[in-house]
Amino acid sequence: MGKTLTQKIFDSHLINRPSPETYALKLDLVMCHEITTPPAILDIQEKWGDKVFDPEKIVALIDHVSPANDSATALQGKVMREWARRQGIKFYDVGRNGICHAILPEQGYVLPGMTIICGDSHTSTLGAFGAFAAGVGTTDLEAAILKGVAFFRQPKTMRIRLTGKLSWGVYAKDIILYLISQIGVKGATDRVIEFCGPIIDDLDMDGRMTICNMAVEAGVTSGLCYPDDRTQAFYLEHQIPVGDFESLRNYWQPDGDAIYDQDKQFDLSLLEPQVTFGNNPAEVKPISEMVGIRVNQVYIGSCTNGRISDLRIAAKILEGRRISDSIRLIVVPATTEIQRQAIRESLASIFIDAGACFSAPTCGACLGMSNGVLAEGEVCASTTNRNFPGRMGRGGTVYLMSPATAAATALYGKITDPREVM
Amino acid sequence: MKSAIQGMVYYLDRPNIDTDQIIPAKYLTGVSISGLGSHLFENLDLQGFNREDPRFKDTTILVTGDNFGCGSSREHAVWALEDEGFQVVIAPSFARIFRQNMFSRGLLAIELPAEQVAKIFASHWENCQVNLEKTTLRFWSGEDQETGHTYNFQLADFDKSLVLQGGLVGFVARNY
Repeated sequence: MGKTLTQKIFDSHLINRPSPETYALKLDLVMCHEITTPPAILDIQEKWGDKVFDPEKIVALIDHVSPANDSATALQGKVMREWARRQGIKFYDVGRNGICHAILPEQGYVLPGMTIICGDSHTSTLGAFGAFAAGVGTTDLEAAILKGVAFFRQPKTMRIRLTGKLSWGVYAKDIILYLISQIGVKGATDRVIEFCGPIIDDLDMDGRMTICNMAVEAGVTSGLCYPDDRTQAFYLEHQIPVGDFESLRNYWQPDGDAIYDQDKQFDLSLLEPQVTFGNNPAEVKPISEMVGIRVNQVYIGSCTNGRISDLRIAAKILEGRRISDSIRLIVVPATTEIQRQAIRESLASIFIDAGACFSAPTCGACLGMSNGVLAEGEVCASTTNRNFPGRMGRGGTVYLMSPATAAATALYGKITDPREVM
Repeated sequence: MKSAIQGMVYYLDRPNIDTDQIIPAKYLTGVSISGLGSHLFENLDLQGFNREDPRFKDTTILVTGDNFGCGSSREHAVWALEDEGFQVVIAPSFARIFRQNMFSRGLLAIELPAEQVAKIFASHWENCQVNLEKTTLRFWSGEDQETGHTYNFQLADFDKSLVLQGGLVGFVARNY
């Protein structure tokens, strides 16, 4: 019987099975940010002697609150910085950092067939490169830092084939919002979704990352796409040496006769831009049913939609225009490199001329920590990933949408169909 | 952890309680895992949930709704529950990372069929005893255990060993 890509990665990284249902996997990459890592660092120091399994396979950075807001977040950064220095771990500090899920692929850490964990649920983003990438808590992260091992139940696999051709004005974010509405918020719990089909083939890596990123809102352990020409194009564009890409590409594919636990197919030819309406990311409606809702703030950024292609789409809509006086627009590139590129391509000046705040990279307001937190009763149109109650600030309301829909919404101060302004 | 855990039950009958609702992100700014309990469920405005109240002193078991712990991976959600004395969460289903975080801390995330959880909510038993060896949950009210009801639950071998050994890190440090 043939293997899914998930099974190939699990089998090739298996250390042992401490019980029949559990796989202990050897890790290729452990990603560490300042919110979930410091307690693990301090516990290792106290109980196990200050050590790590392999400094070459760990990357540390500041992303959630960058730069620090207060003494507490400054201390989180200090713990990370000093640990990375002591251990010889690559560290991306304020001013040259980015959201972990965006900066690691950009800097060449993510290759097909890898096993990757991070103390962050959106780690599934990196599955876009054909890696198994899963979020964990601090305790699992601590075990990973110490020994380079992580434990997973053998996941069930769901193959989702996306067919048809996307309409003009419809993007990866619309696809994943629609898919979550179809699968449900727990429809893929303990599963890995392998995404494929002509629509995935057509998407660039930024779009595939958006899809794998939000797949976790349907419960996945990891999302995956199969490496192909688009994957290679990303490595070439970012001048990432990957050696023999052909071998990597050929090896890290599912077998032709692979058996999936679930097989789903969606024709997306008629898909409209999508917007969430409730308090979980499966509550999604087509834009036509959402237009006209007034907002106080528009946020374009996050690990879901803060990449250069997202900023280009938003800038194209905002170019030569002013946003509504009634709102503020906050644009947050996901990495310093994307920030630099946005300046180079004059996207930054388009945003600023339109009346936006163009900030340095951070996770920031997506989780209500900094850089655009909502006041009680305020409404935000956002390209982020969660519309949970109070997510961007207690008593605030969040509508999730694509960068195009968010930019269109910023022009009028109310939810607007991007196809009307493109 | 002991192979039997007993305590009073707190009921939170809502589905999809995400980890932002368990512990809001503004409390994620520490470098220590302690002291989060006072902010547990802070934004939910739960009526009657007050750990200062002596009646909550023995409350160690949370019964709640479907997909509990979805969203952010923050283990702070588990630490906040732990800090407030909870050792067991029972629900029809959990998000994977939250479930894994509970067991990795040596705590129990027990899944029961939705019909059974609905019956437990309806009965509103005061007390519960978890028996790890027999994998049973005994619910009852008042003094007399005989008046209650027993449910069987499934527990993966690996998860059981984590609970009995007090969590993941020691297990990994010794065995890998």
